[in-house]
Amino acid sequence: MSDMRQLYQEVILDHNRKPRNWGSITGANRHADGHNPLCGDHIKLSMNVHDDKIESIAFEGHGCAICKASSSMMTGAVKGKTVQEAESLVEEFRGMTTGTLDPESQANHLGKLKVFAGVKDLPSRVKCAILPWHTLHAALHSEASASTEGVADPVPDSGMVA
Amino acid sequence: MSIDSKNVARINVDKIRADFPILDLQVSGKPLVYVDNAASSQMPQQVIDRIVRYQKEEHSNIHRAVHYLSELATREFEAARVKVQHFLKAKESREIIFTRGTTEAINLVMHGYGRAFIGKGDEIILSGLEHHANIVPWQMLAEEKGAVIRVIPMNDSGELLIDEFKALFNNKTKFLALTHVSNALGTINPVKEMVAFAHKHGVPVLLDGAQAAPHHALDMRDLDCDFYAFSGHKMCGPTGIGVLYGKAHLLEKMQPYQGGGDMILSVTFEKTLYNVIPAKFEAGTPPIMAAIALGAAIDYLNEIGLDNIEAYEQELLEYATKKVSALPGVRIIGTAKNKAAVLSFEIKGVHPHDVGTILNSEGIAIRTGHHCAQPVMQRFCVPATARASFAFYNTTQEIDKLVDGICKVQEMFS
Repeated sequence: MSDMRQLYQEVILDHNRKPRNWGSITGANRHADGHNPLCGDHIKLSMNVHDDKIESIAFEGHGCAICKASSSMMTGAVKGKTVQEAESLVEEFRGMTTGTLDPESQANHLGKLKVFAGVKDLPSRVKCAILPWHTLHAALHSEASASTEGVADPVPDSGMVA
Repeated sequence: MSIDSKNVARINVDKIRADFPILDLQVSGKPLVYVDNAASSQMPQQVIDRIVRYQKEEHSNIHRAVHYLSELATREFEAARVKVQHFLKAKESREIIFTRGTTEAINLVMHGYGRAFIGKGDEIILSGLEHHANIVPWQMLAEEKGAVIRVIPMNDSGELLIDEFKALFNNKTKFLALTHVSNALGTINPVKEMVAFAHKHGVPVLLDGAQAAPHHALDMRDLDCDFYAFSGHKMCGPTGIGVLYGKAHLLEKMQPYQGGGDMILSVTFEKTLYNVIPAKFEAGTPPIMAAIALGAAIDYLNEIGLDNIEAYEQELLEYATKKVSALPGVRIIGTAKNKAAVLSFEIKGVHPHDVGTILNSEGIAIRTGHHCAQPVMQRFCVPATARASFAFYNTTQEIDKLVDGICKVQEMFS
């Protein structure tokens, strides 16, 4: 991908500048930390889930534009959804960014999230986009933390150098 | 190794670039600008040819058989050891241990020296500039033995505070492990003075030379450090080979690191007698090809001259520092007076990973992240930096492209 505007579209830059649902929810009944040790991306997600529905969601932390925009758009996409609907989106987003789901030809509910489709051509950045979705998955399962490494690693052959 | 004391560089960079086939590569449709040399350097044709010749005409296992190839491979392998000895101006070739890299060299000292001579309540001094490879092994040792890690702090330029360093010493201090040149910031530490101070307290010193060996003429007898570790792949050699230099009298009293073939004199089920140094520390078949290629890389660097390399790289650093610091919204992290050709920076409002991705689309290879030096990042309150690191085959024109690339990043994120 040589044209960076394909990846850094205005909507991504906008969410990076002004992330939606920024902050933390006091008294949240679901939360998780997401951490990408390769980049140092770190997000904290808090949610209130009642009657199987995500009633409120917020995130904070630090990360690159891809990670922040993905977090911001994720919170917007899953707010008001059922746990099952959110989990389906996690799977679809993961499929799109790892190249197993073609959002143009296969049925999906990704909508605006398709702006992240270009990430699949940048293996070193896939984790940045997926981190908030892993963290959402962890929070829905009440796991304390998510990581882009280990069994959940979407790009298992990437590593770190000095 | 400072800008003040620079020599005039005598480098024919066009001729040098022609030696590196990879520099002709196009990335993202643009000529490659490779400024990630602190992570790994590129390999000249001379070293590539040496690898091919070894595999085509010389390969066999070493120290094993009486046949022609085994004797030839052994001779070339041991000749590489002598090249390293001369490169380091070490007293004897048996003070040169081949390892997989700097990391393994440090782990070897931790196991062989640390586990034998550092105990409960003893103190190990590290600096705040260390790469994880010179932190984690010592933490593992400290945990195992109940020893304590003490850390030399730095100032806002990324220079170690020498008075605080001196104040850390006491009668419990048993070891100093220190980087010669910081990989994250480029700071060149005053290692000779620091080694001398440690020795006054009877404390042995390991220097992590991974970032120094490719850029600066070394002299073990002048530095007087007890151990020196570096990697082949950061100095035009291949991956999988590194060096531990150690003073013979220390290596002799150390425990072996790994057990296996080649490190023994005799084995019975009752008792094994260990071999003499360096074999005692080279269990199993070593990376023969890589060691010989490292020897060829040393020949190549010597041909250009380490003093020329250093002077030219200082010119590049000076040029890049001037250009990049003139850009509004860009902060250089690491402004030590004595610096190697490493430029860590951050662009206001843009995460380093976005910088790296956008520069990549311009064909420019930099490193982004914490550079395996998270304590340095914590010290400067940044999660990561973008880092350009130069080698003697880089040019000022490439630095201009880097600067243009940074401007493009700013434009996109404005």
